[in-house]
Amino acid sequence: MPRLPRIAPSQITPPEVYFNRRELLAGALAAGVSGLVRASDAPAAGAPLDYKVNPRYSVNEPPNKYQEITTYNNYYEFGTDKDDPSRNARTLPTSPWSVSVDGEAEVRGRFALEDILKGQSLEERIYRFRCVEAWSLVVPWVGFPLGSLLARFRPTSRARYVEFTTLYDPARMPGQRVAVLNWPYVEGLRIDEAMHPLTLMVVGLYGRVLPNQDGAPLRLIVPWKYGFKSIKSIVKIRFTETQPRTAWNVATPNEYGFYANVNPAVDHPRWSQATERRIGAPFLAARRPTLPFNGYADQVASLYRGMDLRRYF
Amino acid sequence: MNVTQRYRYLYKPLLFAAALAPLLWLIGGTLGWFGASLGADPVKKLEHQCGKTALQLLLLTLSITPLRNLLGMPQLLRLRRMLGLFAFFYVVLHFTVYLVLDLELNFATLGADILKRPYITIGFTGLLLLVPLAVTSTNAMQRRLGRRWQTLHRLVYVVAVLGVWHFYWQVKRDVREPLLYAGILAVLLLYRLLRAPQRGTAPLTSRSGSATAPGRT
Repeated sequence: MPRLPRIAPSQITPPEVYFNRRELLAGALAAGVSGLVRASDAPAAGAPLDYKVNPRYSVNEPPNKYQEITTYNNYYEFGTDKDDPSRNARTLPTSPWSVSVDGEAEVRGRFALEDILKGQSLEERIYRFRCVEAWSLVVPWVGFPLGSLLARFRPTSRARYVEFTTLYDPARMPGQRVAVLNWPYVEGLRIDEAMHPLTLMVVGLYGRVLPNQDGAPLRLIVPWKYGFKSIKSIVKIRFTETQPRTAWNVATPNEYGFYANVNPAVDHPRWSQATERRIGAPFLAARRPTLPFNGYADQVASLYRGMDLRRYF
Repeated sequence: MNVTQRYRYLYKPLLFAAALAPLLWLIGGTLGWFGASLGADPVKKLEHQCGKTALQLLLLTLSITPLRNLLGMPQLLRLRRMLGLFAFFYVVLHFTVYLVLDLELNFATLGADILKRPYITIGFTGLLLLVPLAVTSTNAMQRRLGRRWQTLHRLVYVVAVLGVWHFYWQVKRDVREPLLYAGILAVLLLYRLLRAPQRGTAPLTSRSGSATAPGRT
């Protein structure tokens, strides 16, 4: 079983990148410390997190139930049916966990999850989540801006993209024993997309530690892109000069682009993206129009100014 | 009980109940009977389950001829019409769920889907082709159409191919399940191709099953 070893950051990390240890919020993952924890809808799944609500980046829509967010998952590493991950992901050990950082950055190496989280203040953001399969959710994630993590690795001027890799562990991820995709799962962002304040590194859901089926212990959320861009259970971050070869794009390039921005005007070759069905909505009232950039156009459309979004879908 | 009675009072009612079971299971899941649930997206579950049940019944319908021959049970023919009609029933349910619960009666989207989405085009074609088969399934229609009945009902092969193809085409990536259906269909069609040269050379023993229903479809 290829479990990543736990390595003390002092062994591999230069002292100045201890992620501002003195500033760290005591116990980012400590249990039961905060009065801000929202107990409603959250069964005793994960430990409660210490976080602040960030209304500035939250949508004004009622979030989906915890039950819906944790039983309706596309996480092919645990099976291709929506309820496979909730049944199969339980046994994945998410601690200890480490992330290796590589490529066009001054600070490289393998970092324990605790060190990744140190110095990051967690916030809750209620984001829309739009799957490429034309269904959607509203999810109260807990995390921190990816940009504040990436900056600490000091990307070089050649770092034009960031590539992420999911854990590869066929013994614990039964879906990886079938060649449905080219394992391990790889996703990527352009560096400006990665540094955008909306791009979130997620460790929690409904105020508690993220359940395994939702990508524990560390996943990406890019709310203006189709869900498959938001890679789960990240073990590797690599800064690259060239566009990463991402899993779905490699599998079916004419159906899944590298950018994968939510766009009601560009259909999937086999189905329309003009509308979506909101999971959990009542019968006959679930379908709603899909918004350009999933409703985040005012914040992110400028990233793609001058680009032909039909070509770079 | 003789064979006719056994089929009429035992096997056919049992098959009828069995063919309704998937629908009961879906209704129970939708209404939450005994704590049952169709999961976070009941609409997709209803849609996919009706479609798969239709395909399964269609393949079962096409298995009757090989089973009659291989098992030497010509009387199995008596079950075929019910299987075929239930396949049609689930196809209609599948389409109804798609139009009413999935598209929420948006007829503009329905039109666009049928014209622009190949997998929906072929699925819808399959549904339309099943209509004349269902309409002409009665004994009276069989008598009226005579030899042409059999020719018309060969359409079921086209429908089965379209149905499995429709399934294969809408799957995002994991095609194992539709490939299983395709494999079974291939065996059923191959069986008929390989037996075709015998046609006309020897009388079909299966004819004895029913005076009105043609033996091979």
